[in-house]
Amino acid sequence: MFYSIGRYILLLKAVFKKPEKFNIYFKEVMFQMNYIGMGSLGLISIISTFVGAVMTLQIAFQLNSDLIPKTIIGSVNRDSSILELSPTISALVLAGKIGSSISSEIGTMRVSEQIDALEIMGINAPGYLILPKLIGGITMVPVLVIIAMFLSITGGYIGGTLSGAVTGSDYILGITSDFNPYTITVALVKAFVFGFIITTVAAYQGFYVRGGALEVAQASTKAVVVSCITILAADYFVTQLLL
Amino acid sequence: MIEIIDIRKSFDDHEVLSGISAKFEPGDNNLIIGGSGSGKTTLLKCMVGLHEPTSGSVIYDGRDFTKMNFEQRIEIRKEIGMLFQGSALFDSMTVQENIMFPLNMFTEQSFEEKMDRVNFCLDRVNLKDKNKLFPAELSGGMKKRVGIARAIAMNPKYLFCDEPNSGLDPKTSIVIDDLINEITEEYKITTIVVTHDMNSVMGIGEYILFLHNGKKYWDGTNKEIAHTDNKELNEFVFASKFMEAAKEKL
Repeated sequence: MFYSIGRYILLLKAVFKKPEKFNIYFKEVMFQMNYIGMGSLGLISIISTFVGAVMTLQIAFQLNSDLIPKTIIGSVNRDSSILELSPTISALVLAGKIGSSISSEIGTMRVSEQIDALEIMGINAPGYLILPKLIGGITMVPVLVIIAMFLSITGGYIGGTLSGAVTGSDYILGITSDFNPYTITVALVKAFVFGFIITTVAAYQGFYVRGGALEVAQASTKAVVVSCITILAADYFVTQLLL
Repeated sequence: MIEIIDIRKSFDDHEVLSGISAKFEPGDNNLIIGGSGSGKTTLLKCMVGLHEPTSGSVIYDGRDFTKMNFEQRIEIRKEIGMLFQGSALFDSMTVQENIMFPLNMFTEQSFEEKMDRVNFCLDRVNLKDKNKLFPAELSGGMKKRVGIARAIAMNPKYLFCDEPNSGLDPKTSIVIDDLINEITEEYKITTIVVTHDMNSVMGIGEYILFLHNGKKYWDGTNKEIAHTDNKELNEFVFASKFMEAAKEKL
């Protein structure tokens, strides 16, 4: 384990070396931002909307008492969505979608000697292959999380009003009362950290693959598993640190 | 000229290369031959820095590659072209983009200048009309030729070829050998070819280094190889009945 952590840190050190040509890296960054951001928008939108709707129904079920005002459903859904559900569920979904893609892409390049070809040309392979993905991850995951927050709260409204669990006016009153903007800051810090974890852990798994197709597939699976566990651990530490 | 001095390489406790020394002259087709597992590819990878030798030196025209840091090695690597066993073309790029890639990275040429160079390199390997194809659309021989075109795009001083004939039919193998030979003589580059293809050995081998069990067993020219009394080399070169019959005529 310590060997892997050490090698991961050394890989990151190589990633942050000065790029050979900024304009080529810039094009790659734009491509990765589009791939990670636009490519995941549909999936994140669907998941967030449904999670928000289901959350509203469950909160309404658990807080079904005459002593508790219905507006609380909206405020609990808002805070849960912003602080935990949107960043963490989005990150776990992206670890599966983006992480496996990054790991298998870099792993395939490794076993087909394309990374060796880059190194022979005098190109810093970790920088060229990983840095644009890392920048794409740490910029687009927060954007996706902001969209997920909005859609989760909107999904809660749709689910709550369609099922009759809460009226539209109660829900709106709930989500607009006692709002603490700091929760957004916490969520964005989490999203930034998760974006870093998703891209670098997957890249690390792919970069050091040895063997063939089977090993690439195993690295891809390992990338998702390790990313998910790391995201959950980081979620705990960031929450403890910031709240 | 490339000189290797007492190269040793171990993986854990297993020594793969045991003190190999040789000199590879420019303008010559230098071949490293040997059976599977003899250490040919490991030696090649030690020479280009993909593996770190356990000890020994690799000298590029008086510059000790093994003692250089990352930035200094990059300068040497810009002078190296390499053809990989599996071609190692970038899947996501077209033929044209593959060849243009090192030019984009390391030169300030205009797009027109780079296109001229790409077309020149493709013309040199007889693939002029294949610019827009992706590697997946090429045959094995065409991939090798694009690999050569990419390797020569930056006008290298040193060309390394790792089993350039593997997986190719005999006719295409000869085309690739001839191409490597022509490029070597035309540009006076130091070419090192790792192979176990006996056609290549007899056809283009001006200096041949024979490895066996990670040790240097013999070196010489393709003229000398037929008349050597080295037992391991004879067993390797004349393993087939065809080559044994051909030995009489050599």
